[in-house]
Amino acid sequence: MSEIDLDTARKVAHLARIAVPDENLPALAQELSQMLTFMEQLNEVDVEGVEPMTSVTPMRLKRRLDGVTDGDMQAKILSNAPDAREGFFAVPKVVE
Amino acid sequence: MSDLNKLTIAEARDLLRAGDVTSVALTEACLAAIEGAGKLNAFVHHTPDIALERSKAADARIEAGDAPAMCGIPVGIKDLFCTVGVPSQAASRILEGFKPEYESTVSAQLRDSGAVMLGKLNMDEFAMGSSNESSVYGNAVNPWKDGARELTPGGSSGGSAAAVAADLCLAATGTDTGGSIRQPAAFTGTVGIKPTYGRCSRWGIVAFASSLDQAGPMTKTVRDAAIMLEAMCGHDPKDSTSADLPVPDFESMLTGDIRGQKIGIPREYRMDGMNAEIVALWDKGAEMLRDAGAEIVDISLPHTKYALPAYYVIAPAEASSNLARYDGVRYGHRAKLGPGDGITQLYEKTRAEGFGPEVQRRVMIGTYVLSAGFYDAYYNRARKVRTLIKRDFEQAFAAGIDAILTPATPSSAFGLGEMAEADPVQMYLNDVFTVTVNLAGLPGISVPAGLDAKGLPLGLQLIGRPWEEGALLRTAHVLESATGFVSKPSKWW
Repeated sequence: MSEIDLDTARKVAHLARIAVPDENLPALAQELSQMLTFMEQLNEVDVEGVEPMTSVTPMRLKRRLDGVTDGDMQAKILSNAPDAREGFFAVPKVVE
Repeated sequence: MSDLNKLTIAEARDLLRAGDVTSVALTEACLAAIEGAGKLNAFVHHTPDIALERSKAADARIEAGDAPAMCGIPVGIKDLFCTVGVPSQAASRILEGFKPEYESTVSAQLRDSGAVMLGKLNMDEFAMGSSNESSVYGNAVNPWKDGARELTPGGSSGGSAAAVAADLCLAATGTDTGGSIRQPAAFTGTVGIKPTYGRCSRWGIVAFASSLDQAGPMTKTVRDAAIMLEAMCGHDPKDSTSADLPVPDFESMLTGDIRGQKIGIPREYRMDGMNAEIVALWDKGAEMLRDAGAEIVDISLPHTKYALPAYYVIAPAEASSNLARYDGVRYGHRAKLGPGDGITQLYEKTRAEGFGPEVQRRVMIGTYVLSAGFYDAYYNRARKVRTLIKRDFEQAFAAGIDAILTPATPSSAFGLGEMAEADPVQMYLNDVFTVTVNLAGLPGISVPAGLDAKGLPLGLQLIGRPWEEGALLRTAHVLESATGFVSKPSKWW
């Protein structure tokens, strides 16, 4: 049985970049604990010498020339931005 | 001709080619049906102008004698597919207002084959859910009812399933990461196939868990699934995991002859406390295939029990990475910031407002299992178990098994709101029979096989060998013919 404490829940929320108010942390910690407990059934499996799966179908990644195939569409790329100015995505000040 | 919206793809195609019906007439019938079905909340973005324009073009193409099978067929598109100039928001608030500048490969292939898009279909937010209740649009409703009780159409492709079952369109696209095509198909008496991983391009489909996601058709019959799948799949250089293999003529493989085929019945799928009606249906399905000349073989897939926990490590891990792109900078929702808020607050507030509770939960659990110190214990272990799950299937196929028959779901459709109090893991159990197929990358199809005591549809699942969708469809077609399932929900909406 896995126990996620409030500090861990707070840390996970921050790593995921999701604001979670303090009063919601106990419920979050409990839900995460339930899910982890469910996942811990995996500890029953003998995985000695088993390779972790990287590709579900045996395939080699295709290669192509490292060349420009597309571009010159600034307006299209910015068309859905919540805030675009002078051909850039705009965000709050990042560096003090 | 009345009730054109009730036609199958095959019927409509033949009428179109014979000049007995026009695509415009078919499209208008579907648009009228959609108009009258607001209560089902299946279509969430309506595109009647696009539909009429494309249907006129399809009619011209048919008249010119250049008509692929899907030409002129009105279909619905799941909201997960990016469609140029049309809202595509994966049923999430975080993609509110997003109108893609590009078209997903699958919807582009359908468009280019002449199919007519009627609009976008409801789903669980980011395809995370089994009841369509995590949608920002509110849930879709199953056209099948249990007395006065309103039921879920399943999820995540719940809008697609409801729309096809209620004859709002001739067919719809779905996507399936852990059962999201097959479970809603089973809950609504429709057919849904998830092809082999790599058959359909994922390009332009909003990503949930990239190593598991596959698109597929949701249709009224197995024949229609064969026709529509052929139009959807094929190699795409824009998806590096898309398979460079020829696409067979699936429909021509529906010969009705499955004599000598070996059908495996996995003993691990017979679980304690299983619904007796499901067990009886499963036994009956096996008997029907035996009567059709197949050999029924007991098989073992020993790691079945560990598929769900492995899935609920791998899928959220991939989701947490895929959904990192929703940051309020490039598209979609951006939170209003307070004085002094910087870039971190922009991310954190935007994502807290934009993602619903289930998506937040999965992103956070995915973040946790990938975080330093837990990566090996959870994520790597789950990937090793995934190798073993796939090996189980490989061993069965190596022993001569052609297809595997299982139930599609542990129950018929449940009531809307009934799972609200349950812990998240209870909802996840819906995927118990379907999730192994995604983990192993195999094709799987859900075929309606009967009604339960409440008069609700139940489905059986057939699992095939990789890349052998044609043979899988052939067996499914035989099962469909044998069950003779023709029930439709009576109209109340």
